[in-house]
Amino acid sequence: MIPPTPRTRALLAATAVALAATACAPGSSAPPPAASSAAPSAVRTDAAALGNVTLTIWDQEVRGGQAAQMKQLNAAFEAKYPNIKLKRVSRSFDDLNTTLRLALSGNEPPDVVEANNGRSSMGAFVKAGQLRPLNAYAEAYGWKKRYPASVLRYSSYSADGKVFGEGNLYGLPQVGEVVGIYYNAAKLTGLGLQPPKTWEEFQAALAKAKGAGEVPMQLGNLDKWPAIHVFGTVQGRNVPAAQISTLAFGRKGASWNTPENTKAAQQLVDWVDKGYFNKGFNGQGYDPAWQAFSKGTGVFLIGGTWLMADMEKVLGKNLGFILPPGATPDAPPVATGGTGLPFAITAKSPNPDAAAAYIDFITNADAMKVLTTTGNLPVADTDQQSVPAGAQQDVFKAFGTATKNDGLVPYLDYATPTFADTLGAALQDLLAKKATPQEFLATLEKDYKTFAESNG
Amino acid sequence: MSVARPPGEPRRVAYLYLLPAFVIYAAFLLYPIGRAVQLSLYNWDGLSVGTWAGLSNYAAIVADEGLRDAFVHALVLVAFYALAPLAIGLMLAAILNHAKVRGLGFFRTVVFLPQVVAMVVVAVAWRRVYAPDGTLNGLLGALGLDSLTRGWLGDYTFALPAVGVVGTWFETGLVTVLLLAGMSRIPAELYEAARLDGAGAVKEFFAVTLPSVRGEIAVALTLTVIAALRTFDLVYITTRGGPGNSTSVPSYEVYHRAFGLSQIGSAAAIGVTLTVVIFAISFMINRFADRGAS
Repeated sequence: MIPPTPRTRALLAATAVALAATACAPGSSAPPPAASSAAPSAVRTDAAALGNVTLTIWDQEVRGGQAAQMKQLNAAFEAKYPNIKLKRVSRSFDDLNTTLRLALSGNEPPDVVEANNGRSSMGAFVKAGQLRPLNAYAEAYGWKKRYPASVLRYSSYSADGKVFGEGNLYGLPQVGEVVGIYYNAAKLTGLGLQPPKTWEEFQAALAKAKGAGEVPMQLGNLDKWPAIHVFGTVQGRNVPAAQISTLAFGRKGASWNTPENTKAAQQLVDWVDKGYFNKGFNGQGYDPAWQAFSKGTGVFLIGGTWLMADMEKVLGKNLGFILPPGATPDAPPVATGGTGLPFAITAKSPNPDAAAAYIDFITNADAMKVLTTTGNLPVADTDQQSVPAGAQQDVFKAFGTATKNDGLVPYLDYATPTFADTLGAALQDLLAKKATPQEFLATLEKDYKTFAESNG
Repeated sequence: MSVARPPGEPRRVAYLYLLPAFVIYAAFLLYPIGRAVQLSLYNWDGLSVGTWAGLSNYAAIVADEGLRDAFVHALVLVAFYALAPLAIGLMLAAILNHAKVRGLGFFRTVVFLPQVVAMVVVAVAWRRVYAPDGTLNGLLGALGLDSLTRGWLGDYTFALPAVGVVGTWFETGLVTVLLLAGMSRIPAELYEAARLDGAGAVKEFFAVTLPSVRGEIAVALTLTVIAALRTFDLVYITTRGGPGNSTSVPSYEVYHRAFGLSQIGSAAAIGVTLTVVIFAISFMINRFADRGAS
């Protein structure tokens, strides 16, 4: 042992001081959540009469068409309401996600923020009382009439943040998303096939593509999450939609350990066994995979509508998109899907009326037209937009059909705060045959049950 | 009155001179460390009021298989980041030093080059190398070794070594240049004496070169071991801890838990544990080097 020298003693003392200075529970200095329910009578929709207001907005609309629509709509808003100034802060999705938490816990948070739907973002903010319920504004602006219920539930939580998918409305999205099946029309024709109308036809097409020496399906699963969309699609053919919703919203009353889920997992493993995926898919990046598909490797690709614009640039009219087909051609659609990040109003914002007017402006019928012309998929009025035939029309039609029939099922990773990770890693294990379907489902069940029970 | 002390004797007033530096040190280092230690004792989501957790976050590191594995992976990376570069570096430096090659400066630059490139860039480049249709598989295919090709970063056996090899490639330059500097200080007489005693090149290396660069080895090991244990960017860019959890490392878990899962307490506990492990290992390396020197 070294005897404590004055130096080490001073160091110890300093550490003790530092510890003492910090010795109160983290988060306890934050002010209590603001009174959060504005009475409907207090809501004002006459934005022009609100006086001079500056709104700070944090969004993640930084890419191509997204950035273009935001710029256009913001300019139109400021032109229409000269009394309201917009201070826009835009960051990439990842950056927004990591900084929003700190920004919201400060004393002067932004007025309008784009918050990710999931439990670890919007759910946590609602729980901490940092977002304002928008029910009164939804009433005043008629949002519930324009937006399908299956879309609005993705930004709905109970007031305590525990129940996802129902309760208060906390945000409004601009764009929609649905996961479907992209196909290479030239390759299908070459194989003597039509776009599949049933799940059986789809699997037969995969088999035929394999037989002809094509890569039947592109998958890049290095980033862990892409297989979630493939599994969700297979699951939608095998498991009743209501069960998927219960599982994916992390509510009590369902189970992963069911024959239907086992069948879905088994089907995915069968695809691996039959060599339907490209070689080394677990080591292939997500972007390289869809880029390879658009350059002509692969007949099918299971992916979201967000890929359409980029892939169409290369494949042109050879790119097609369908909703995952059901058992029969006229089976009601079931597809993983949701919305872009919803725009929410912070509880501490001093200008909720102006903020709501802004959100209404960027999501109204005119805004949906702007979204269409800038290459986005508007979440409402989708079937009223006119777009040229081709992949874009396929995508619009698919999303319109899915929302009209309430056929959207939530992303599975919404289930619990840790589920994206659990499911992503478990799927890599399943696809690499490191886990059997039973072990795979047991892993998911454990995460789901633990959360659903502790959540009450 | 008291007798004036000779200059250089300790005086209390010296602490006053230290104060400005200490205040900065305390504000930016001691306080955050104390705060991290404190956070690690709570369950906190970063938003609501935290609840006291005691040592349960630390217990979880031992109990949670995934977290335990993360630390094991970090130790595996030490072999790739520190031991392999040391072996290669010793060899390279000995050859470069011994052969008195022409254009030594050029070789030194080439070997050191990876260090100059940002790790993120390195990671992106290697991701391409390891891709299923990437450079490495292309090379293997050209050699007729198609059976060996695979998606390297998606392979359960090879993902961690693949990440490790990037570390070896990255750190070898630093180690070599450090050792070269050390070896250039060895007086030529020592080699002459060794040769007169009938030592060959190998004997000479172990009898003269190796003991003389002990200090440089300690520095190189300390730097590379720390780099290995706190690897984050490489894993973040290449695999995100996958496939499964086979390349997860503590630093990635810290980031992931704090910003992805909002488990700030758990993240802080991992961070503190990692700090202690790094401190302990660096301490041992330097103790070992000091003892050998005296």
